[in-house]
Amino acid sequence: MSKYKPKTKTGLFKRIAWRVLSLVLVFGLWEFAGRKPISIIFPTFTSTMVALMNLLIDGTLLSAYAVTLVPLAIGVALVGFLGIVFGILMGLYRSFEWLTLPVFIIVQSAPMAALIPLITFLYGIGLGAKVLAVVLMAAPVIVLNSYRGIRNANPTLIQMGRSFLASRTQEIFKIILPDASGMIFAGLRLGVAAGFIGVILAELLITPTGIGDLITYYRALALYPQMFASIFSIVLFASVVVSALQRLEGILFRRQQCTS
Amino acid sequence: MIIFGRRIPMIFALLIWLLVWEAIGRAELLFLIPPFADVVRAMFKLLATGKFYQAVSVSFIAFSTGMMISISIGIPLGILMGRVRFIDELLGMWVNVFVSAPLTAIVPALMVLTGFGQTTVIVTVILFSVWIITLDTRAGVRNINPSLLEMGRSFGANKLQLYTKVIFKAALPEILAGLRLGLIRGVRGVIVGQLLIAIIGLGELFELYSRSFLMDRFWALVIMIFLFAYMISEAVNHLEKRIEFWASTR
Amino acid sequence: MQANTIQNRPIIEVKELSKTYPGRVEALRNVNLSIPRGQLTTLLGPSGCGKTTLLKIIAGLLNKTEGNVFINGQPVNGPGPERAFVFQDFALLPWCTVLRNVAFGLELRGVPGKQRNEIAMKYIDEVGLTGFEKAYPYELSGGMRQRVGLARALAVDAEILLMDEPFASVDEQTRRKFQEDLLNLLKIEKKTVVFVTHSIEEAVYVSDQVALLGPRPGRIMRVINTRLDHAENVEDIRRDQRYLNLVEDLWQILRQYLI
Ligand SMILES: Nc1ncnc2c1ncn2[C@@H]1O[C@H](COP(=O)(O)OP(=O)(O)O)[C@@H](O)[C@H]1O
Ligand SMILES: [Mg+2]
Repeated sequence: MSKYKPKTKTGLFKRIAWRVLSLVLVFGLWEFAGRKPISIIFPTFTSTMVALMNLLIDGTLLSAYAVTLVPLAIGVALVGFLGIVFGILMGLYRSFEWLTLPVFIIVQSAPMAALIPLITFLYGIGLGAKVLAVVLMAAPVIVLNSYRGIRNANPTLIQMGRSFLASRTQEIFKIILPDASGMIFAGLRLGVAAGFIGVILAELLITPTGIGDLITYYRALALYPQMFASIFSIVLFASVVVSALQRLEGILFRRQQCTS
Repeated sequence: MIIFGRRIPMIFALLIWLLVWEAIGRAELLFLIPPFADVVRAMFKLLATGKFYQAVSVSFIAFSTGMMISISIGIPLGILMGRVRFIDELLGMWVNVFVSAPLTAIVPALMVLTGFGQTTVIVTVILFSVWIITLDTRAGVRNINPSLLEMGRSFGANKLQLYTKVIFKAALPEILAGLRLGLIRGVRGVIVGQLLIAIIGLGELFELYSRSFLMDRFWALVIMIFLFAYMISEAVNHLEKRIEFWASTR
Repeated sequence: MQANTIQNRPIIEVKELSKTYPGRVEALRNVNLSIPRGQLTTLLGPSGCGKTTLLKIIAGLLNKTEGNVFINGQPVNGPGPERAFVFQDFALLPWCTVLRNVAFGLELRGVPGKQRNEIAMKYIDEVGLTGFEKAYPYELSGGMRQRVGLARALAVDAEILLMDEPFASVDEQTRRKFQEDLLNLLKIEKKTVVFVTHSIEEAVYVSDQVALLGPRPGRIMRVINTRLDHAENVEDIRRDQRYLNLVEDLWQILRQYLI
């Protein structure tokens, strides 16, 4: 990946120093822009952080996250399981691939958000609506990554299996699936990122609850530091989750990445 | 798929799905899904209304303006990050955060800062698309074989020539890949921005049709947008294929 | 008497074999070849002349267009237990240890775990990888990876080893060592080997006979006996005048077919 991988203690130290510098730069600019001010509405970094601390301490943020994360978890679990199975079947059976791939090819480049307004009609404004929004946004990438993982399984390995007389079942379970697992997991990670977008969109557009509601609510009250603090927290939270998944991916599939 | 020894193109699968759609619509299983024939009829009706053209032109202007800005920031920034270490160290983290962050959450903040209008949509398009363009450009520059750069220098290329004739060209496969993803995200940006603002362009139409249960028009609009996004992505894909040959021998 | 005729009969017979890839790429045209039992036969020819294609058809991994391949008199319809393949790019499972990779052929055949590990250990030993059985492919050099591929092929106890440019992606020194080790190994393991290479030196060094393939469409131009009695010491072969003469002879034949 990066040319500047830390190999020594000083390398690690330098890396942390760069991180800190990078944070200081951006937050400093934010503070500066807020103090200038570029807009009377734009809060400074410090006032946003103070608001964030208060929201954390009085529990507002915590209860909002509890509401937002439940449908996200349910949606990701649902589409994670069904979407992966679907994608694997697409990769294994040509007729199934023929029937479904064109739909997914169109859907992968399509703005699925356009369908969010329809969800209200199906599930009203409850938990179901949010779960459906998550599924809608996360499904294409999860299904397609699983499909591609299977279809792009290393042909030499498959030939090797055949030359050592693997049955079709052995070929699938001992060669194709393990070879595709890295790509499938990457799809899951991208699906989680898309799921965050789905759940927040649903909360902003149709179901005024959770973190999305917090944003709308503070905007209505013109409490901009609180509003920016809510936005800051969800962006931060999503990046932490996604980069943790990326780390995990690196650890789990290190061996594959090194040889192929 | 092969039936009776003939290869049936995949596009026919879409026809099957449209037939299924038509059948569900005819059976009136879900009021959300009107017969496909009605949707097609609605599409023609839409194409004859001024409101539709107004919405499309507003959205297209927002999209193309946003993309133009995005590209002219993203590609140079990506090249700089690929070449200059301290810029990479300073900005790399942020580009990586924003490329997968739920940027939808930021749109309400834009709305209070830049108003409930076109500017917000344009900024949303930029915000959605610029990061992936930057990231892929950077990856392209990093993938350049160092001996290609040494070749350029040893034959006396100056800095400008090195950047335009060697680095940019050699990174072009990744730049195009980033561009394709950026365009797709840009379309999403227009839709999300307009849906949240709800009083301009296609967002207004979506809001209107879904509020007044005009499902045939709603779907007509969805299909046209999906096709637009697909065609853009295919167009860049076509370009990518044309220069694919040099990606393998760099 | 009966046993004797079977012993003398070529183990692999290729008869009037042709292969045309989709898109009308004619890779092989009317190939006839007999491969004697217990010897090492090399297919030698320029890149793209169809060596891999021929070897994979013998392995049953590719379908032929015309003609036939017989193994022990039986026509080939697919891979079989009497043939084992060594791949040019190793084809190791990156998520499995050396031990499991070597035992993979046995695992597919349903040999119980303990037994197959014992067999695998024996061959890991034979190819000189003792101590690396817990390592993963990414921790090994190219040469060591190919040793794993060789051990895996030996472990299934096939009569025939099909080796597709096994040393092509290995550096020169490692290749020489590997060639010597291969010859020593084949003294212990009595195998019939079909070996593909585009290196004249390698062909003469390792083989008992060399089949020369001409440029596309691949045909057998000539089969040459290159048997040097290297029973005693494989290290002396490269100094042997007969070795040097053969290399030069083969080059003189091959250069006629080059533009
Ligand atoms: N799957 C394929 N489809 C079409 N042509 C192929 C395919 N595989 C190999 N070829 C062509 O057949 C010829 C012989 O290939 P190959 O057997 O790999 O040659 P070699 O191993 O001697 O280098 C080459 O010209 C190659 O381009
Ligand atoms: Mg070959």
